[in-house]
Amino acid sequence: MENGRSSSGGIDASVCEMAPVPAAEIAEICKTYGNDKHRMLDILRDVQDQYRCVAPSTMERIAEATGLTRIEVEGVASFYSFLSLTPKGRTSIRLCDDIVDRYTGLDAVTSAFEEVLDIRVGETSPDGAFSLEYTPCIGMCDQTPAAMINDVVMTKLTSETARRLAEALKSGQSPEHLVSDRFEALTPHERVTRMVDNNIRHAGDVLLGPVPEEAGLNHAAGITPTQIITAIEESGLRGCGGAGFTTGRKWRFAASERAEKHFVICNADEGEPGTFKDRVLLTERPHLVFEGMTIAARAVGASNGILYLRGEYVYLRELLEQVLEERRRRGLLGKNILGIKGFNFDVRLQLGAGAYICGEEGALISSCEGLPGEPKTRPPFPVNRGYLGYPTVVNNVETFCHAARILDRGAKWFHDMGTEGSHGTKLFSVCGDCLNPGIYELPYGHTVWEVLERVGGEDAAAVQVGGPSGTMIARDSFHRKLTFDDLATGGAIIIFNGDRNILEIVEYYMSFFVHESCGYCTPCRVGNVFLQKAIQKFRKGLANPEDIEYLKDLSGTIIETSRCGLGMTSPNPVLTTLQNFPLVYSAVTKPNKDGIRDTFDIQSAIDGARKIAKRRSYIFDRDFTQ
Amino acid sequence: MSELPKARIATASLAGCFGCHMAILDIDERLIELMKLVDVDRSPLTDKKRFTQRCDIGIIEGGCCNEENVHVLHDFRRHCDVLIALGQCAIMGGLPAMRNAIMHSDAPLRECLDEAYITGRYIRNTTHNVPNDPALPLLLDEVYPCSQVVEIDYQIPGCAPEGDIIFDTLSKLLTGRFRGFEREMIRFD
Amino acid sequence: MSGTKKETGFSFTIDGVEITAYAGQTIMEAADEAGVYIPRLCDHQGLRHQGSCRVCTVKAGGRSVAACTQPAAPGQAVENETKHLNKMRRDLVEMLFHEGNHLCPICEASGNCELQAMAYRLDMTETTRFPYLEPCRALDASHPDIALDTNRCISCGRCIRASQDVDGKGIFGYVGRGIHRRVAVNGESLAETDAEVSDHAISKDVCPVGCIIRKRVGFVTPIGEREFDNGLIGHEIEEKRK
Repeated sequence: MENGRSSSGGIDASVCEMAPVPAAEIAEICKTYGNDKHRMLDILRDVQDQYRCVAPSTMERIAEATGLTRIEVEGVASFYSFLSLTPKGRTSIRLCDDIVDRYTGLDAVTSAFEEVLDIRVGETSPDGAFSLEYTPCIGMCDQTPAAMINDVVMTKLTSETARRLAEALKSGQSPEHLVSDRFEALTPHERVTRMVDNNIRHAGDVLLGPVPEEAGLNHAAGITPTQIITAIEESGLRGCGGAGFTTGRKWRFAASERAEKHFVICNADEGEPGTFKDRVLLTERPHLVFEGMTIAARAVGASNGILYLRGEYVYLRELLEQVLEERRRRGLLGKNILGIKGFNFDVRLQLGAGAYICGEEGALISSCEGLPGEPKTRPPFPVNRGYLGYPTVVNNVETFCHAARILDRGAKWFHDMGTEGSHGTKLFSVCGDCLNPGIYELPYGHTVWEVLERVGGEDAAAVQVGGPSGTMIARDSFHRKLTFDDLATGGAIIIFNGDRNILEIVEYYMSFFVHESCGYCTPCRVGNVFLQKAIQKFRKGLANPEDIEYLKDLSGTIIETSRCGLGMTSPNPVLTTLQNFPLVYSAVTKPNKDGIRDTFDIQSAIDGARKIAKRRSYIFDRDFTQ
Repeated sequence: MSELPKARIATASLAGCFGCHMAILDIDERLIELMKLVDVDRSPLTDKKRFTQRCDIGIIEGGCCNEENVHVLHDFRRHCDVLIALGQCAIMGGLPAMRNAIMHSDAPLRECLDEAYITGRYIRNTTHNVPNDPALPLLLDEVYPCSQVVEIDYQIPGCAPEGDIIFDTLSKLLTGRFRGFEREMIRFD
Repeated sequence: MSGTKKETGFSFTIDGVEITAYAGQTIMEAADEAGVYIPRLCDHQGLRHQGSCRVCTVKAGGRSVAACTQPAAPGQAVENETKHLNKMRRDLVEMLFHEGNHLCPICEASGNCELQAMAYRLDMTETTRFPYLEPCRALDASHPDIALDTNRCISCGRCIRASQDVDGKGIFGYVGRGIHRRVAVNGESLAETDAEVSDHAISKDVCPVGCIIRKRVGFVTPIGEREFDNGLIGHEIEEKRK
C-alpha cells in the first residue's frame, strides 16, 4: 500500500465530484466554532460528516471564514485519515487492520463486506452509499476483528456476522440499529457497552476497584496547589502513556510558569496498537478522569482543559459529553468549583481524526490548535509554552485517574505499591494469542511470565511489550519485569504463539509506522519506508547476509536523527526482533555467489517483456524450444 | 630495470550513451602513461567481444535496461577482480531510469513502448509497430543500477566523469593508492 | 565560562573551538557567526528555523539535536564534524536523493544545487544501499514565468516560509502526511496563485534544488562558474575563521 510511489494526496481529477456545497452552509458550520482557525479540526470533521468529503471549493469557503489560505486548510484536511478530499460513502465502513485482527479472521470479514456491498477495500460504491477501507488499530484488540461503521463500533466479527451486518446496512438499516433495536432508548453508557466489551479481568486497588466519588477532588480543594503537587511528587507517579515522565515535576514546571492562562490537556489519543486501557477508563471511570484533570487544573492554576479523544473513539463522545454536563450541573466543573471562589475550570472535548502521531504531546497540541498533527520544536516545552503558547500540562487518561486517587488515599499509599522507580498500579491491555484478553490492573513489577500465566498465554513464543514502539521479547526473556527500568510499557501486551511469523508481524508494524509518520522530518518520513522495504526483501527471500547490518545501521540513523518519539522508536520492531529472534532473519538470507546478486530476479524482470514480445529469452530461458 | 606486470582491464557500455567511454579519451595525453600500466582486454575500444583471460579491473558504463545488459554485467563480474561503475547511469540508472518514474500503470512497459514507437506526439513510424526482431534483447521491467545486479567495488561519479577523475582514480587503484575521491573532484553532472 | 566578551554573551565549544553566543541564539546561529559551518538544507538565512531535514544534527551534551533549532547553552560541548555525524548526514542526504527523482545530468540547478553540493561535501560516492522510490510527481508549468518540477522537491519548506513571512503571500504549503507529504500551491495550479517571479520565495537562493524554476534563464551560467564549481558548500562561512 505504502510504497512511496503514489502521487496521491493532491488535488487531481478524482477530487470531490459531488455538487458544490452551498456557501451558506459552510459558513454556518464555521460560525458554530466562532470562525476560529484553531477549531479547524472540528470544522473539517463536521464538513466531512455532513458532505462526506472536503472539496476544494469547500476549503476555499472555510479559508475565507477563518482567515486562512486554502493551502493551509488543505494542509489540515489532507493530514488526517478520517478526512477525505474525495467523496466517501454515506455509510463509511472502516475495518480494523491490526495484526491481531489479521490473525483472527480479518480476511474473511473483509470478503464478506466486499461481496455484499460489491466494492473492494479502498472503494466507494457508485451510488455513494458505502465506502470500505482499512484503518490501523482502533483499540479493540481484545475483541477482534473489529470495525467502525460511521460512529458505531462493531466487534468480534465473523464472516457470518459481517455478512449479516452488510446486508442489513444495504437494506437501509442505520448502523445504530445494528447495535440495538431500541438504540434511542438506551443511555449513553448502555450504548457504549452494547458496542464494546470492557473485559476487565482483574481490578486492582487504585483504578478499577471501588472508587469513592470525588474524594480526591474534595481533598485537593482543601489544600494548596503546592501541596497537591508535592503529594503527586511524593507518590512517585509517572506518566502512563508510555514515556514515563514524572507527573509531579511536569505539574511543578507548569505551575511555576507565569502566564495569563494555563491549560490542562488529557491525552486520550490511545493509538499504540494493542493498547485499549484508556478506552475502558473512559467508559467506566469517566468521572475519575475529569476529577484528575480538575485537580491538575487547581495545581497549576488552569481554568481551561481539553480532552483529546482519538477519532476512533468517537462512539464515546456522547457518554463523555453527558458526564461533563453532569459535572457542570453538580458544580464540579465551571465557576467556583465545590463552592470555592475562583476555582474555575471547564473541559471541552477535541475529537481527533485518525492520526497516531497526535498521541505525541506536541502533535496533540498542534491538533488541538487546528493544525496538522505535527510535533512541535522543543524547546520550548509544553509546560512552558504549549497550547496557543500558554503553559500546558498534558497527561494520559490513566495518569489523571491515578492523580485523583493519590489525592484521596495519600502519596504513601500509592508509593508503597509497585517497585522502586515504578510505583502504584498499571493497567495492562492484553491481547493476541491468550485465553483471556482484556484489562488487568496490576502493581508494577510483575514478570511477563506471571502475566502470561494469569491471562492464559503460557504457550506464547513472542510477546510485544508496549506495542510496536516497545520491545518484542522471546521466551528466554519472559522473566523480565514490567517496570519503567526493565520493560516499559504504556499498557500493551500483545501475545503471539509459535504459529505466528515474526517477519510478518515486523513488516506489519513497519507499514503502520510508514502510514503514521507525519512526514515532517527526513529520517522518519523516508527511512521508515526503506526499513519496510528491507523487511519485505527478507520476507521474499531476497536479502543478503549484509542486509542484517544494513537494518541495524539504517535503524540507528532513524533513531538518532528523528525529531520526535515516533521516529526514535519506529525501528524498534526491527531492532528488538533482530536481537531476540536473530535466526528469523539469518535463516532467510542468501549470500551472493561470485559477486552476482541472487536477489536480482531476472525472471520476473523480463516477464513483462516476454509477454509483450511473445517470445522467450535466448539468454535466460534454458529450454528455449518451449 | 624490471617493469611491473601490466594490469588487464576490460570495459563495457550497457544502457548508456557511450559518453563515459568518450570521457576515457578525455584523459588525453596521459593515456600514454596509463597504457604503460595496463593492457586492454574485452572492450569496445579494442573491439574485442570476449574475455581472453581473467582481468584485474572491469569498467562498466550504463545501467541495465535489458537482458543482454544483465548478461554482460554477469560476465564482467565473473571475469574481473574489481568492478567499477563509471558514470551516473551505471551508478544510479541515469537518464534511462527516468522511465522508472513514469511506469506506474497496470501495464507500464507496454505503455512505455507504445509511447516511444506509436502514440508519442513526435513519432514518425510508418509501420506502427513496436520493433520485435528476435535478435532484440528483452527489456527489463525497470532500469536497474549495476549495484542491484552484481556487487560493485567502486563507482566514479559524473555525467560523463571528467578525464581527471577517471585518470586519478584508475592510476591510484592500479598502484594501490586509492583512498577515496578528493571532495573537489566529485561531480554528478 | 570565562572569555565572555559582551555582557549577555556566553561561550560554548564546537569540536573544541570556543564559540561566543548570546541568549536566545541557536547553536547554528552562533556557529555561523563564528565561522564554523554546520551542514544544513532546510535552514536558510532570513527564514524561520524549521528543523525538518535533520542534516544539521549535532551532538550537544551527549544528545543528538538539530543545531538550527537548539538553543546554545553556556559551557556546552557540541560535536559537529565527526565521522559518526557525517555518516548520518550522508544517510539523510541520500534519503532525499532517493525519495524524489534527482537526475543531476539534466537538471538546470546542477552546480548551484545545495542537495548536490551537500552530497559532495559529505562524500556521497559509495554504492548505495537504499532503494530508489521513483515517485511519479507532477510538473506545473502553468505560470508564464515560473515552473515547478516537484520531482526535485526535498520538502525543505523554504519556499513556504519565504512566501508566508517575507512576501506575505502564502503561495506554498505542505499537504498530505508521511511519505506523501509534499509542498503544494495555494490553488489548482501555480498560475492561479499570485506568485510572481520577483517574489523572494521564487528567487534563486530560496529553493535549494531545481524544483522552483524561473523560466528562460536555465543553464545561463557556464559550467565552471556555477555556485559550487569552485568551493564546497559552506566555504563562505568557514572562510570567516581564516
